Amino acid sequence: MNTYQNEQLTVAQMRTGQTGTVVGVVGGPGLVRRLDALGIRPGRKVTKLSSTIFRGPVILRANSTQVAVGFGMARRILVELDRYLPRAS
Amino acid sequence: MMRILLVGNPNVGKSALFSRLTGTHIIASNYPGTTVGFTRGYLRLGEERAEVIDVPGSYTLDPSSRAEEVAVEMLKEGHRVINVVDATNLERNLNLTLQLLERQTPVIVALNMWDDTQHRGISIDVAKLEELLGVPVVPTAGITGQGIRELVRRLPEARVPKNARTYSNSDERWLRVGDIVSPVQSLSHRHHRWYEHLADASSHQVGGIFIALLALFATFWFVRFVGEGIINYVAEPLFEGLWTPVLVKLSAVLGAGGLWHDVLIGKLIGGEISYFQSFGLLSTGLYIPLAAVLPYIIAFYFVLGILEDIGYLPRLAVLMDTIMHRLGLHGFAIIPTILGFGCNVPGIMATRILESRKQRFIAATLISIAVPCAALQAMIIGLVGEQGIGYVAMVYGSLFISWIIIGLILNRAVRGFNPELLVEIPPYRLPPWRVIGGKLWLRVSGFIKEALPIVIGAVLVVNILYILGVFNAIADITAPVLTGLWGLPKETITALAVGFLRKDVAMGMLTPLALTAKQLVISSTVLAMLFPCVATFVILARELGVRDLLKAVGVMISAALVMGSLQNLVL
Repeated sequence: MNTYQNEQLTVAQMRTGQTGTVVGVVGGPGLVRRLDALGIRPGRKVTKLSSTIFRGPVILRANSTQVAVGFGMARRILVELDRYLPRAS
Repeated sequence: MMRILLVGNPNVGKSALFSRLTGTHIIASNYPGTTVGFTRGYLRLGEERAEVIDVPGSYTLDPSSRAEEVAVEMLKEGHRVINVVDATNLERNLNLTLQLLERQTPVIVALNMWDDTQHRGISIDVAKLEELLGVPVVPTAGITGQGIRELVRRLPEARVPKNARTYSNSDERWLRVGDIVSPVQSLSHRHHRWYEHLADASSHQVGGIFIALLALFATFWFVRFVGEGIINYVAEPLFEGLWTPVLVKLSAVLGAGGLWHDVLIGKLIGGEISYFQSFGLLSTGLYIPLAAVLPYIIAFYFVLGILEDIGYLPRLAVLMDTIMHRLGLHGFAIIPTILGFGCNVPGIMATRILESRKQRFIAATLISIAVPCAALQAMIIGLVGEQGIGYVAMVYGSLFISWIIIGLILNRAVRGFNPELLVEIPPYRLPPWRVIGGKLWLRVSGFIKEALPIVIGAVLVVNILYILGVFNAIADITAPVLTGLWGLPKETITALAVGFLRKDVAMGMLTPLALTAKQLVISSTVLAMLFPCVATFVILARELGVRDLLKAVGVMISAALVMGSLQNLVL
């Protein structure tokens, strides 16, 4: 399973329940700053709690808060999964 | 006078703390962005009186919405800052704290929601935190009042820390936050509370939609049931039993006719006073606000208060996001919209939480067109409801369709961008009944104070215009539109015109016209859409500026023309 160790993907691609470490935010300074203020920044762990149908918002847990981010933003947040787990328990 | 600012992240309890500090009661809710303007109150500090300002919440001192701009602007004018920090979310909150400490204004930290830390398994070493920050830290609980006295006592100790430093970038600041949090805070395991399971369910896709529909249905049912209940068992009997005899005597004294009689009591209908049709100051002028509308106001704001304080609305925002994007908005715009169902004024104020000008224009326009306020709804349910609940549904259905279609059009027509949703989802909280009751009282007394004088004024104006014969002149001019397009008798214009003053009074003016059910549906839909009431008009002008206001009014009038004509054709 070594190949999965450093798998990078976007928050939009994560499965519900997975946890990853933010690697970067691909976007303008405004977006980076707003996410930064909410604690979604490189080095931080985020857990995907849910997604909404029709490319609706994704709910993340970042630190002790839950944050809803639009689908487009979720595609701009890159994470590295902690481990490859189809379903985190 | 010393000016103290309450500054902190959104939804950390600044407004609740403000009420505690100043005794000035203001609306506090469990969602980020409850406060969009600023509220001032006063606090006694020894011999002095200090001004306290509740500043809109902000995550950083780099504003990204109108509400955050307001916050940063105000910071320049404060002498002391009470930095309100959510103790259950120390790390994120301290980022703003460090930004505040970089400035030259003395700071004291209120470690709020202290009561919540225990059951969440969080323990914080307050003395250590105080030492590391270099400013006083006081644990508080705005909801219960814990720690408020201590906060006021230590307010003079607020200071610029000796070890004050500035950070060249966000990474450095976050590193420092980490260095502070790790020795200060320790977490222990704890179990989910039952409502936290519900929290998970309401964010779940299918469960979420189910819960939202349930909440919508329950709200409507509750408001109608309670509103009608209060009318039938309290308001109506009180008016009939206590007030009617007084008016009957007065009517006899005034000789059952004449100018004074017509103004004070109104026209007698079949020799009797009719609270809906007589249209005197003391009959209809009191009955509409107090008996027909107030019961619904109470019921609506009771439910709204509960939805706000448990923290459901941000979850609804997430659920509605995809639909709202089609209308040029994002999910969070559902919150101003829901507030608009109480009164359009706070609804439009709340559009400040939206980031772009396009969003604010669309949200404010849609609220003034398609969101009937509680006073208007009470009259629609009361008067159109007499013809059958199906007709009420037609009015709501027409407004909903207008909301969607106008939103779709404006999304294409209005230039600008529509940023994506980015919102913190607060934990569910169980608000104490005292808090719910206090907030309800605040809103209900606000309604009585603000609406009652305008209603009575509107009734007076109606009487004067009748006497002067102005309405007949207008009716002849507008007759082609009213009869031609909408199929309404030309006298309906009087009601539509009075809608500029109060829409509930305007609905009341429809009663003597003996309209058919179809005409009632058309006239109430047109009344809701055509033009905002004066209070909404003023707030629209302030929030949008004159140019955008004119555009919005153009949209309203065209929409009402089209919708009314369509109804006339289809129904």
